[in-house]
Amino acid sequence: MAATKTSKEQKYDRQLRLWGDHGQEALENAHICLINATATGTEILKNLVLPGIGAFTIVDGHKVSGEDVGNNFFLSNNSIGKNRAQAATELLQELNSDVSGNFVEESPDKLLDGEPEFFHRFSLVIGVQLPESTCLRLGVVLWNASIPFLVCRTYGLTGYMRLVVREHTVVESHPDNALEDLRLDQPFPELKNHIESYDLDSMEKKDHSHTPWIIVIAKYLENWRSEHDSQLPKNYKEKEAFRELIRQGILKNEHGAPEDEENFEEAIKNVNTALNPTKITSAVEDLFNGEQCNNISAQTPSFWVMVRGVREFVRNEGNGCLPVRGTIPDMIADSHKFINLQNVYREKAMLDATVVSKHVESLLQSVGKPTESIAEQEIKLFCKNAAFLRVVRCRSLADEYSVETFNRDEITSCMDNPDSEMVLYLMLRSIDRFYQQHSRYPGVYNYQVEEDISKLKVCVNSLLQEYGLSVSVKDDYIHEFCRCGAAEPHTVAAFLGGSAAQEVIKVITHQFVPFNNTFIYNAMAQTSATLQL
Amino acid sequence: MAEGDEPMVVNGGSGDQCEWGGRWDHVKKFLERPGPFTHPDFEPSTESLQFLLETCKILVIGAGGLGCELLKDLALSGFRHLHVVDMDTIDVSNLNRQFLFRPKDVGRPKADVAADFITSRVPGCCVVPHFKKIQDFDETFYRQFHIIVCGLDSIVARRWMNGMLMSLLVYEDGILDPSSIIPLIDGGTEGFKGNARVILPGMTACVDCTLELYPPQINFPMCTIASMPRLPEHCVEYVRVLLWPKEKPFGEAVALDGDDPEHIQWVFEKSLERAAEYSITGVTYRLTQGVVKRIIPAVASTNAVIAASCATEVFKIASSAYIPLNNYLVFNDVDGLYTYTFEAERKENCSACSQVPQDLQFPSSAKLQEVLNYLTESASLQMKSPAITATIEGRNKTLYLQTVASIEERTRPNLSKTLKELGLSDGQELAVADVTTPQTVLFKLHLTS
Repeated sequence: MAATKTSKEQKYDRQLRLWGDHGQEALENAHICLINATATGTEILKNLVLPGIGAFTIVDGHKVSGEDVGNNFFLSNNSIGKNRAQAATELLQELNSDVSGNFVEESPDKLLDGEPEFFHRFSLVIGVQLPESTCLRLGVVLWNASIPFLVCRTYGLTGYMRLVVREHTVVESHPDNALEDLRLDQPFPELKNHIESYDLDSMEKKDHSHTPWIIVIAKYLENWRSEHDSQLPKNYKEKEAFRELIRQGILKNEHGAPEDEENFEEAIKNVNTALNPTKITSAVEDLFNGEQCNNISAQTPSFWVMVRGVREFVRNEGNGCLPVRGTIPDMIADSHKFINLQNVYREKAMLDATVVSKHVESLLQSVGKPTESIAEQEIKLFCKNAAFLRVVRCRSLADEYSVETFNRDEITSCMDNPDSEMVLYLMLRSIDRFYQQHSRYPGVYNYQVEEDISKLKVCVNSLLQEYGLSVSVKDDYIHEFCRCGAAEPHTVAAFLGGSAAQEVIKVITHQFVPFNNTFIYNAMAQTSATLQL
Repeated sequence: MAEGDEPMVVNGGSGDQCEWGGRWDHVKKFLERPGPFTHPDFEPSTESLQFLLETCKILVIGAGGLGCELLKDLALSGFRHLHVVDMDTIDVSNLNRQFLFRPKDVGRPKADVAADFITSRVPGCCVVPHFKKIQDFDETFYRQFHIIVCGLDSIVARRWMNGMLMSLLVYEDGILDPSSIIPLIDGGTEGFKGNARVILPGMTACVDCTLELYPPQINFPMCTIASMPRLPEHCVEYVRVLLWPKEKPFGEAVALDGDDPEHIQWVFEKSLERAAEYSITGVTYRLTQGVVKRIIPAVASTNAVIAASCATEVFKIASSAYIPLNNYLVFNDVDGLYTYTFEAERKENCSACSQVPQDLQFPSSAKLQEVLNYLTESASLQMKSPAITATIEGRNKTLYLQTVASIEERTRPNLSKTLKELGLSDGQELAVADVTTPQTVLFKLHLTS
């Protein structure tokens, strides 16, 4: 390990601890497009430039207005009248010299008219404050090119994000509370042998008190099973009895009082989770049964080839189990016992990964691809995360907007509560209609607020009617959406800026799990919701 | 986008162009128009904006990950009289998120650089920096602010700030004078998790009311470090806690400095040796530094979200535009985006805000050490290094004080004396001072048999 750290390693240290060097590399190879350098847009970009995104391109045909400068940290008042894309690029570029900033002084509509392939060069496109028509047009182009599209919008005290991506696979989901993979219910041969090497009854106190709780539970489990027809403790009563069994095993001093054996206390505490049967989750089973897993071809992405490789393992050498994860939690034990136990799990994990590798190799060969196309390291990482694999599919905007395929159930069930965030979604759809009809947003000028309320209500009703939705939208929300006059308050833009940027980072790095597929933030109530639309 | 009202060109005190047409359009709509969700006290007027621009004084505590964001958010929401307190200087590892700082600023005080940047980027906004600890100021300083926002990285500091605002409260005949309340907005982040809360001192749950919400700090047991290492972290702690004081590699009185790469390199190499002895794998330079400095991972995005939530609440409270958060928001974007909003409850006998006298109950044969242990270990008090004084026979006597070496040495024998031996009587008051609070906490001592 190098003694001197590069200045980039130092600068990015705090985030490298979250997504590692390989995550950072993915970030630095990405080129993001932002459409519209409004406050929301520049805030999102700021949170991508700071962590070192490879490159960004701002597409914006607007000129900087006085209003723009007022809420945007990356526009200064001497840029009023100049092109907004250029002005924002300068001040964003200044944040991080590692990043390459570019701008195109053009409206997205013009680009879609003349040169839609322009967007094909990007890893992901962020569309901010887009009118509905532009958004849908762009959505089609990006969907067909399989480029992830993140739609963001700040409207008064409402924040909105929509992720559109055909299929996003995640190996490293980094779950917060993962269950350990200890195999106590069905110890593999090497683990069994290792457990056998212990004889608790003949141990001196020092050894007895420093035996890992995994071994303690395994030993008492053997006793239990021999007296319960090979069954595990199944219900609360049996688990209590099992805990008591272990408690009885605590050494006693010369007065008959129990000694202080922390490892036994740990064993008792962990009985519940340790006895969880080793099982493949339905989420992973779904992957095994998926179409991509069943039909491996030369075009199949590595992720699915590896899923298939693991499936082959599960159905053969694994006897219905995933490859052993290979990690154990820390526990009271002397170094020697702990390391030896840890190595038993580690070595089994390596063995299982090797078997999975063989399956992956033969799959690659069967479709005429070189075995090097999926690296050993990748397969190892995949096996370690096999229980936590995730696939996120966020359907197209076309499907969301079509009267035939829109998600009626989600909308009507959410609207059982008329103050659910869903009402904010319906209002955003309504003001889009208003814009289509009147070429402006409601209530921008003071004198418009009053008269636009009834006009906006007409839009709301026509929306509900077109989709055949029998939900009611409270007048208060119609009033509020006129009152806010399409304002983009900085603090709401900043909240979205952080939220959106992290989702972009998740998509680029394939680490952690992106939302699916609509996120609404209500800054009035400080609540939020994720809807699948 | 449409233009706002007629352009307003006002020559402000600082700089040529402090105002321009449409500058505050995004903000004005929420101050000058009636709406269905406004606070009951809200009255639309053009004066609200003037109040924010000219009169309202906000104090930002911390100019780091949250502080930089807060200053920007407040400046662009119309707040022009900001103060910022931060005792730190800029480190290169700050640059991935503390966006007011550049590589050339490394080593300079955060408060100063942050203030400069905001003042120059946002014309008319005046940020007064204080390169100081929060404890360097007293009530006269804090009293001048309308609202205080914290972006701190320490629970001890939060509790101190909390205690300071409690000490400003004025009670007349048991009734709290509302004009003595300074709202405290507090934000915290760690990796992809964060929280934001609104505290109205004397009215809503305070920091100490909810101490149990903070996760306990992980410290490895000494026997593990000394003789039974299992994890790479144990190896690093061994070097930091045991080997460094023994070998004093850089000189007699030279303490381990987590920011000195040479120190970390030494610890790293020794940790590798220790790990090799026990066949432990996984010691890396990054891990070593993380353990020594107790590094918490951090990214720009989480700080942006939490600071924005806090700034929104500052705006709501200053303008009455909307009903403020009541009172705690939790955020996590590891898996999708998750927020949870709830009302944290006041603790009836909170040692910081309840005005309920704190009781201590011990047998007269109990040693002072036991009292000390209770003060530090009780979940509701969690004091760090309490100093205990009592009035005995008309004289003020320091029973134990840890923070000054000479006094610690002198009073240490008291720890093994019983409360009776120390001359304490049933019902008497003990005054306890600690870093977690700016005011001494008075306890009533109940001696049993």
